[in-house]
Amino acid sequence: MTFWEVLGTVLLIALKSFVLLAALLVFIAFALLADRKIWAAVQLRRGPNVVGPFGLLQSFADLLKFVLKEPVIPAGANKAIYLLAPLVFAMLALASWAVIPLADGWAIADINVGITYIFAISSLGVYGVIMGGWASNSKYAFLGALRSAAQMISYEVSLGFVIICVLLCAGSLNLSRIVMAQDTALGLFGWYWLWLFPMFAVFFVSALAETNRPPFDLPEAESELVAGYMVEYSSTPYLLFMLGEYVAIMTMCALGTVLFLGGWLSPIPFVPFTWVPGVIWFALKASFLFFMIAMVKAMVPRYRYDQLMRLGWKVFLPLSLISVIVVAFVLKLTGLAPGA
Amino acid sequence: MTAAAAFFYLFAGLAVASGFMVIAARNPVTSVLFLILAFVNAAGLFVLMGAEFLAMILVVVYVGAVAVLFLFVVMMLDVDFAALRQGFQRYLPIGGLIGAIFLIELLLVVGTWTIDPGLVQAPLGRAAHGESLTNTQALGRVLYTDYVYFFQIAGLILLVAMIGAIVLTLRERTGVKRQNIAVQNARTQGMAVDTIKVPSRQGVEV
Repeated sequence: MTFWEVLGTVLLIALKSFVLLAALLVFIAFALLADRKIWAAVQLRRGPNVVGPFGLLQSFADLLKFVLKEPVIPAGANKAIYLLAPLVFAMLALASWAVIPLADGWAIADINVGITYIFAISSLGVYGVIMGGWASNSKYAFLGALRSAAQMISYEVSLGFVIICVLLCAGSLNLSRIVMAQDTALGLFGWYWLWLFPMFAVFFVSALAETNRPPFDLPEAESELVAGYMVEYSSTPYLLFMLGEYVAIMTMCALGTVLFLGGWLSPIPFVPFTWVPGVIWFALKASFLFFMIAMVKAMVPRYRYDQLMRLGWKVFLPLSLISVIVVAFVLKLTGLAPGA
Repeated sequence: MTAAAAFFYLFAGLAVASGFMVIAARNPVTSVLFLILAFVNAAGLFVLMGAEFLAMILVVVYVGAVAVLFLFVVMMLDVDFAALRQGFQRYLPIGGLIGAIFLIELLLVVGTWTIDPGLVQAPLGRAAHGESLTNTQALGRVLYTDYVYFFQIAGLILLVAMIGAIVLTLRERTGVKRQNIAVQNARTQGMAVDTIKVPSRQGVEV
């Protein structure tokens, strides 16, 4: 390869990443608004409705406000790590999107081990939280960070086993191949949400816990810990934590879409529906999952910490472990195993 | 090829530099963070070698789990590093001597290694089975088909170690109130609330 070819490839990848990043951030700006609107609707409130028509521009106004305010750094904080933490958190959350196929062939890097990559990156997200909590030099932040670390590690285990179940059925670690494996004549009923329904439920709840969403938002439990690991953060560093959290939630929605809801596939496999571009189906499915997550936030009270740990280790871990064994046996005995 | 070489020097250089910072940093938390950076760079080197599965597993296991535990422990410790460094001058000669011996031994061992030229050309999968496999499949074959008994024995040893650690640290404490979630969930209104009709001017015996 000549120098110019290499440069061309690099520029193309950079352009693709930039387009994806812009689209993702705009999508998240509206998802954040939708989150607040849904929450408000459940509680019979209006929600944000002042900035722009129906409050549509609220997230952009918030962005301006966050960026223009003064970042306050506590005197006792470890400055370098304190500022590094939100950066790490937001960057890692965004990095997962490199491998997610938004439509057939629409992934920036369609790597062989896509799912392990996402799993690895999301297991690093905990460092942003721990570093932020420790570097703040504040007891609330530290307690929040400890809780968060324990919580994220606990639920990662069951999430891993859920992913293994899907991998056994699909026979590949590549996200595009996992979607292709769900492409059957049954359409919507051929996707894994139906065949692996208990695992879909475990995945959904683990995703809530992994992203520190209510009812598992113990790291920032405002009634006990003020705001957990982000107590001391303000302005842009706080914005990065907030952004990272929502990007992580969207990643989980996208991952759920790929693993259980057939990715970019049309739910009804006939002609008029298969003409719709895959990326629209993908966005609709991810939005549906996001709607479910927003509804859970509005409807379910916060868990107690010991209940959370019990659910992760004593309920989800055995359940997902047993279903790995069951799925493997069923696939082997019925001869449905891919590549067998 | 030049791009790969550039990335190799980037990852290798960062790995060595962060490895040095692990021992040079004043604050133990910073040390652990540099250790994590070293792990991540090692994962980058694995990717360059075409062992992407190993790279991801390295990140999941070492960075995502083991290093979190290190960080936990180190954050809780209250280590005064000035006190630890007090004997530095006194121990320098003997420490330097041992270090030099190790360095010479390593150089002697590594310096005589040669790598089979066939191995460099062929990726893992093709070397073992003569066909094209992704490296996840190749690793799976080696671990779960070719050497399945050794793998199982290793698993059993780890299980024994785990049970041993639990047995050693298990303390049966008496007089501790424990929750039984099943019992709690099975409670009904009838078991928890007694509705008593109180006769006027008479009161009730409780």
